[in-house]
Amino acid sequence: MKAYFGRRYLVSASHRLHTGELSTGENRAVYGKCNNPHGHGHNYVVEVLVGGAVDAETGMVVDLVALDGAVRKQVLNRFDHANLNLDPLFRDSVPTTENFSKAIFSLLSDALPQGELEYVRVEETENNFFECSARG
Amino acid sequence: MIFLTRRAAFSASHYYWNETWPVEKNERVFGRCANRNGHGHNYTLEVTVAGEPDPVTGFVVDLNWLKDVMEREVLSAYDHRHLNLEAPEFKKAIPTTENIAIAAWQRLEPAINSGGVGAAGGARLSRIRVYETPEIFAEYRGEA
Repeated sequence: MKAYFGRRYLVSASHRLHTGELSTGENRAVYGKCNNPHGHGHNYVVEVLVGGAVDAETGMVVDLVALDGAVRKQVLNRFDHANLNLDPLFRDSVPTTENFSKAIFSLLSDALPQGELEYVRVEETENNFFECSARG
Repeated sequence: MIFLTRRAAFSASHYYWNETWPVEKNERVFGRCANRNGHGHNYTLEVTVAGEPDPVTGFVVDLNWLKDVMEREVLSAYDHRHLNLEAPEFKKAIPTTENIAIAAWQRLEPAINSGGVGAAGGARLSRIRVYETPEIFAEYRGEA
């Protein structure tokens, strides 16, 4: 039977929303407070949902410890307590939470110990979140 | 289509153990969860029902009816129980969060999909989510 296993992780990181494609004034108009040149930070919650057959011997879709290890290696070690703008993945794109969720999805999708990545949800604050799904 | 979700809490104990494996393998694979004395969680059960609102009541299902179904079919069997020892589905299957989500689906589906008084408008069970902790959960959508 196919089921899904979900896990939530905390990533504290800073970012600044700014693009070289727009003028200083346009950046300020589009991004508002998020365009502050000194940046700002969030406690992001990264929710990972893994789908797959429930293993008949273990009762699990994916081993929690192995999943934690993969997420730590691919995501937490890279982004937690870091400045997202300085990461090579955001050299040519703005670290909006939309793009952050896409980046995490691509870093994790081939690195899972078992199962398929169903979605990555990134909660930037308690009031907004973004989901990148395998369904496109 | 509207998706309606109701939450409920239950507290239960369990342990992870595969009887066909030697002790050492159980302890290696399941870690602290293999402690045969058991341990417990405050679980959250989320039941999502899909359907069209009834033209008269505006309800997909009557929430009070759904609450009673969840209480009768799941909470009365799991709340303040030892899942391995007291829930018949876990005599053999290991009560992982994945298996609890599947078992809750199997307990709820007949009552919800039978379209009783509360389930007007052809509402169907759509999704079960079981949170073992606020950071760990499993989901079942009725897939084979």
